[in-house]
Amino acid sequence: MAGDAAATVDGERIRAFIRRFAEKVAAHKDELTALDAAIGDADHGTNMDRGLQAALERLPAEGAAPADLLKAVAMALISKVGGASGPLYGTAFLRAAGAVAGKAALEPGDVAALFKAALAGIQERGKATRGEKTMVDALAPAVEALEAALGRGAALGEALAEAARAAREGSDATIPLVATKGRASYLGERSRGHRDPGSLSATLMMEAAAETLAGGPAS
Amino acid sequence: MTAPAAGTALVLVSHSRTLAEGVRELAAQMAGPGVPIVTAAGLDDGSLGTDATAILAAVEAALERAQEAVVLFDLGSAYLNTTTALDLLPEEKRRRVVLADAPLVEGAVIAAVAASVGEGAATVRERAEEARGMRKVAEEPVPPATGGS
Repeated sequence: MAGDAAATVDGERIRAFIRRFAEKVAAHKDELTALDAAIGDADHGTNMDRGLQAALERLPAEGAAPADLLKAVAMALISKVGGASGPLYGTAFLRAAGAVAGKAALEPGDVAALFKAALAGIQERGKATRGEKTMVDALAPAVEALEAALGRGAALGEALAEAARAAREGSDATIPLVATKGRASYLGERSRGHRDPGSLSATLMMEAAAETLAGGPAS
Repeated sequence: MTAPAAGTALVLVSHSRTLAEGVRELAAQMAGPGVPIVTAAGLDDGSLGTDATAILAAVEAALERAQEAVVLFDLGSAYLNTTTALDLLPEEKRRRVVLADAPLVEGAVIAAVAASVGEGAATVRERAEEARGMRKVAEEPVPPATGGS
């Protein structure tokens, strides 16, 4: 195939994205948990890893549509994660599935719609806005960057790479913030100086998307 | 389907199974046998956490035994998982459930009393939420702690 290897994103690319997200969370499990130990209840890494491993076991067979794969992840996260990240990421994947329902292959605009719906789901569930030291601080700038890049005609791979960078910068920006949401809010001022663990897992998700959705290796 | 026997049931959502069972025990003592009190607490393996699918099952069990249910919960992610569970509930049942933003222990005890005298879910919830402002110490201000080092 000439040029951009993937003009559209099919179920197998979504499967590769989910696998890569799970791999990254597994690889960063201890780091996520250590961040959560500083300002939360020290379970973000183990919880997310448990949820995503359960998701991998429940993925529908080859040939499944993107929405079905995303929905399977949602239900696994909702039932297996345990902490706040379960309903937040579960709702994100559920809304993402809804945004691409009925489509066998996604255009770049559909990919943007998927992440935009995921962000909206997290915000609705968690009632969080930017600047509150949560995963929204990584995801919101990522979605903005993705839409802006596609809007000026960038290829999907480039747009996702920009989104991943924006997520990383957004996560970095959580370090000096005082948490007002979640378990970290019980710490007040003591939450300052620590990266929000949810913002890191959200960054890993966007990096996984950048590495897989636009023509990375499909495994 | 026969109509549920009780008016209002309570669902207690906690990260800790031990905590939920203890609160259930306290509330049940006040409520007597007429108020169904169901718990959804901890994860499958007994570890700390809340599970939306378990909360969903608990709410459905409560609605089999009562016309309405009031859900009380402990910390923030218990609330997130409760709202997620309610999203998964069919609309006909969803309408019969209310959430109470109340301290779990005092809220459950007061809710149990209100339910035991036949109050509907909306009133039970109000009573439970009043628990937030109830003082446990008569003197004001609370006398300083003594001792320590």
